[in-house]
Amino acid sequence: MNGYLAAVLGFAVATGVLPASAETIFVSNEKDNSVTILDGATLEVIKTVPVGQRPRGITLSIDNKFLYICASDDNHVEVMDTTTYEIVRTLPSGPDPELFVLSPSGNPLYIANEDDNMVTVVDVEAGNAIAEVPVGVEPEGMGISPDGKILVNTSETTNMAHFIDTATHEIVDNVLVDSRPRFAEFTADGKQVWVSAEIGGTVSVIDAASRKVVKTIGFEVPGVNKEAIQPVGVRVTKDLKLAFVALGPANRVAVVDAQTYEVKDYLLVGQRVWQLAFNADQSRLYTTNGVSNDISVIDVANLEVTKSITVGNQPWGVAVTP
Amino acid sequence: MRDTRFLIIFAAAIGLLSSSAQAQEQQIEVPIAYLTQRIKSLPPLSLVDQPTTDNGLMGARLGIEDNNTTGKFTGQHFLLNESVVPESGDVTATFRDLYAKGNRVFVIDLPAGQLLTVADLPEAKDALLFNVRAKDDILRNDQCRANVLHTVPNYAMLADGLAQYLVWKRWSNWLLVAGTTEDDRLYAEALRHAAEKFSATIVEERVFDAAPGSRRTDSGHAQIQKQMPVFTQDAEDYDVLVVSDVEDAFGEYLQYRTWDPRPVVGTHGLVPTAWHRSQEQWGATQMQNRFARFAGRWMTERDYAAWVAVRSVSEATTHTKTADLAAVSAYIRGPDFGVAGFKGQKLTFREWDGQLRQPILLTTARTLVSVSPQEGFLHEFSELDTLGFDRPDTTCELQ
Repeated sequence: MNGYLAAVLGFAVATGVLPASAETIFVSNEKDNSVTILDGATLEVIKTVPVGQRPRGITLSIDNKFLYICASDDNHVEVMDTTTYEIVRTLPSGPDPELFVLSPSGNPLYIANEDDNMVTVVDVEAGNAIAEVPVGVEPEGMGISPDGKILVNTSETTNMAHFIDTATHEIVDNVLVDSRPRFAEFTADGKQVWVSAEIGGTVSVIDAASRKVVKTIGFEVPGVNKEAIQPVGVRVTKDLKLAFVALGPANRVAVVDAQTYEVKDYLLVGQRVWQLAFNADQSRLYTTNGVSNDISVIDVANLEVTKSITVGNQPWGVAVTP
Repeated sequence: MRDTRFLIIFAAAIGLLSSSAQAQEQQIEVPIAYLTQRIKSLPPLSLVDQPTTDNGLMGARLGIEDNNTTGKFTGQHFLLNESVVPESGDVTATFRDLYAKGNRVFVIDLPAGQLLTVADLPEAKDALLFNVRAKDDILRNDQCRANVLHTVPNYAMLADGLAQYLVWKRWSNWLLVAGTTEDDRLYAEALRHAAEKFSATIVEERVFDAAPGSRRTDSGHAQIQKQMPVFTQDAEDYDVLVVSDVEDAFGEYLQYRTWDPRPVVGTHGLVPTAWHRSQEQWGATQMQNRFARFAGRWMTERDYAAWVAVRSVSEATTHTKTADLAAVSAYIRGPDFGVAGFKGQKLTFREWDGQLRQPILLTTARTLVSVSPQEGFLHEFSELDTLGFDRPDTTCELQ
């Protein structure tokens, strides 16, 4: 019944009953050292901008005026003006920045140094590193609680989610998850952290207060061998109804009921899907498909892939301004 | 966390330490022994290859470092007890000594014969041995042992990985050139088996008798330039020359010198291996960088095998929360085990012969060409089991 209603609503969106959004999509191309910028209304590429070497994680400032870019092989973060598309400054990051998360207050930026077993805390206004937190081997996933008090970092070879107090910069707890955890996402209510495990093939749902795994979600796609199911990017809708999990070389995004943890659907996208980003009203989800060099557009209401757009070589990160 | 610790200290002070709280906070020590022997070896044939004295050992040491980074959070501490037996030394006595000192998990960097000698010692019944060196197929078949796990791929896995690629490339007619050492013979046998398994044809076999001698000669290239075309002259029509020269005596010389213009694959040219410096897929860049910083050189196949062995132990103890051998051993062989080894999927051990399932890299000196299993080689349970001895093929009876 709900599905039917959602489908009707989705149809309304698709047929243009609602006004087209003016959103802009930013995609980092790991192999090309560039960022592709797309118009969310036409879904066409506006511009491709050269950036530092091996751009991976990207995220927006709270006011959406700036895009932060991890230039992994340049060992710094670049800051792009989201209206002029120019790199306006660089920030220190510690070695090999891969993914990061911005404090909900807009400052600081918490950066995972994949090559250095460290999380670097950077004051984006002053432009300097203010702390380093030693974590496990190959830190990558970064999530932050809505109140900004708890940072979660995942370390890929240590197989843990480290809970870090952002006031003291100390680890307050460690939660063991499955092999090679790559992404951490707090739910909008701050009560849960969803952590994907690429090699383990699962997503662990951690209760943020007790720091216990309350559910481990597994995936099975008919016709796809289980080794190819490698969860990476995770996004949970603000209303806590749905979670989307990018399954890497399984070329699918899993749709999970965020209340029952039941997998509802697998949406076929491009090849080796890694990162995901919603647009502002969460009507759309964008995916980066590293091997097919494109992004897919998912209609969230309809749970349908509506379009794929070619970007640069090996698209990695994605962020969307309203 | 801090509160809990305070409570425990307080409780301990008044003698009320509960056993569960103790388990929470007490550090678990996990010793791992590394056993190898100095074996006289020739200098590398190519001056580009840098000789190492710690091949394998550095992989184990870095594995311990990585384990301890994890152990910091789980209250586990790993220790590597290294024993390098001199050339004339007694491996058996050293093993016994390590056992007597409480070691139960061993990384064994020894040839097949010595591996079996230590594995068959009465003490070793109560130990877990990781083979990181011996690629002999027989160790996964008739001479398999219940107390041995193999993290290094055997010859059959390597040959199958190569064969799948050659078949995909439609280079199905092979000229097999083998040296005269025992290992050359074993690898050649695995290549014959692979040809049969994947419907390739060995159109002709030749044996190259590389006389032992100095590896360095002034103006030696002139002689080789004449020698190799003649050696490969008048062969049956073939697509690719498959060479088995495990000890690197002559294989390198075949490339660019064959009578017919043909690629060289096998132990030289396009090489199937568990690890190579050119591998940067699946986060391997971090592993390569970490290793180079740590060891001051590149990571070899044996380093990788030793690293995976040591990491596997940590993977088990993290879950079993004990260093107890039976628990660790059962977990590693069990259905929940999986170790991440920068190969795009979890690595597990075959229950029928203790061999680590793993993708095989196909590399040239400077790049990664492909990774097997190749697409399309299907398997009922795991495509990795298309490489090496699958359950129906094995003659291993683990006891």
